[in-house]
Amino acid sequence: MNHDSLTPIFLNACLVNNFVLAYFLGICPFLGVSGKIGSAVRMGGAVTFVMLVSATCACGIQAFLTWINAPFLKLISFIAVIAATVQVVEMFIRKVSPALFRTLGIFLPLITTNCAILGETLFQTNKGYGLVQSLVFALGAGAGFTLALTLMAGLREKLEILDTPKIVQGAAMTMILAGLLSICFMGFAGIGN
Amino acid sequence: MTDQTNNPTAADEFLKGIWQQNPVFVQALGMCPVLAVTNSAKGALGMGLATAFVLVMSNIAVSSLRRFIPRQARIVTFILIIATFVTVVDYLIQAISLELHRMLGAFISLIVVNCLILGRAEAFASKNGIVRSALDGLGMGLGFAMALLCLGVVRELIGAGSVFGVSLLGDRFQTWVVMGLPPGGFFALAGWLLFFNWRAEARARKAAEAEEATS
Repeated sequence: MNHDSLTPIFLNACLVNNFVLAYFLGICPFLGVSGKIGSAVRMGGAVTFVMLVSATCACGIQAFLTWINAPFLKLISFIAVIAATVQVVEMFIRKVSPALFRTLGIFLPLITTNCAILGETLFQTNKGYGLVQSLVFALGAGAGFTLALTLMAGLREKLEILDTPKIVQGAAMTMILAGLLSICFMGFAGIGN
Repeated sequence: MTDQTNNPTAADEFLKGIWQQNPVFVQALGMCPVLAVTNSAKGALGMGLATAFVLVMSNIAVSSLRRFIPRQARIVTFILIIATFVTVVDYLIQAISLELHRMLGAFISLIVVNCLILGRAEAFASKNGIVRSALDGLGMGLGFAMALLCLGVVRELIGAGSVFGVSLLGDRFQTWVVMGLPPGGFFALAGWLLFFNWRAEARARKAAEAEEATS
C-alpha cells in the first residue's frame, strides 16, 4: 500500500510527469485533435471522464485479481473495461447532446486506443494506490492531458496565419513545437516531491 | 502498373510496410512507443521486435478467425486477441532479459493500444488470407522496428556518445543531454521528418527541371 499524500500525486501527474509531454502517452489525439482550442478542451474532458471511471474499475479489478491470484489477466480485463466505458460514454453523449457527438466524431471511439488511459490504470496499480489516490491520480493525468492539448491547439491556431518554409510544414513543425513544450514542462521538475 | 496495384504480389505486401507505407514516417501510427523508448538503441530494437511479433501473431489470428467474428463486436474482439499476445510477449521478455524488461517498463503492456496493430487488423487482416496477412504484419512490423532503430541510434549517439552501449565519439565529445530526455524524442523525430521532406522536395525540383529542359 502506498501512502503518498494527494496534492503531490495530483501535481506529479498533471505537471511534473505530464502524460503527454514526459511519458508520451496519448500522442495520437495530441497530434490529431489539437487543431482548434474548442475541440481540444472537449476531447480533454471526455478523456478525463473515461480515466476517472476506468481508474475506479481498475482498483476493483486489481483487488479481485490479487484475491484469485491471476495477475496475468490484468491487461486483458483492463482493456475490456476501458472499451466498455468508452462505449457507454459514446451512447450517453449521443443521447444527451447530439451536437457534441457530431463535433467529436471519429475521435470518440478512438479513446479506447488512447494509451494515456490504459497507462494511467497500469501506473496506478504498479504504484499500489488506493481508491482515493487513484481517483486523484486520474484527475491529475486528465488535467495534464487537457492542458497539453489546449496549449498545443493555441500554438497551432497562431501558426496557421504564419508564413513557414515548405519543408517544415505539417508533422515536422508539430513535433518541434511539442519538443519545445516538453522542455518548458521540464521546468516543473521538483514540484510536489 | 494497373495490374500491379489491383493484384499486388506477396513480395509487395511485405515490402510496402518497410518503405512505401512505413508506419512511423509515412502513416504516423503508433507514435507513443516511438518517442518513449528510443533514448537507447537497445530499448528501441527490443520494442520494435516485440511489436513486430505481436503484429504478426495478431494478424494471423484475426485473419484465420475473420469469418467467425461478428461485425458489431469486431473491435473488442481484435483488442482482446492483441491483449492476449501482448501478455505473452510481456512474460517472454521478462524470461529472456530482465534488464530489457525493466528498461521498457509499462510500455510493453501499452503495445495493446498501439494504433498500428489495431489498424492493420481492421484494414488488412480482417479482409485477407492468412499468408498475406502474416506477410503484411511482418513487413509493417519490420518497418516499425527499423524506424525505431533509426531514432534510437541517433538519440543515443548524440545524447550519450554511444550506440548499443559502445562508445563511438570518444571522451572529448560533449553529450547533448536533452536528446536522451523526453524533448529529444520529439526533436529526433522532427529531424527525420525534415530530412525526408527535404529529400522529397529536392527530388520534385529535379523532376520539374528535367521536364523544363525537355519541353
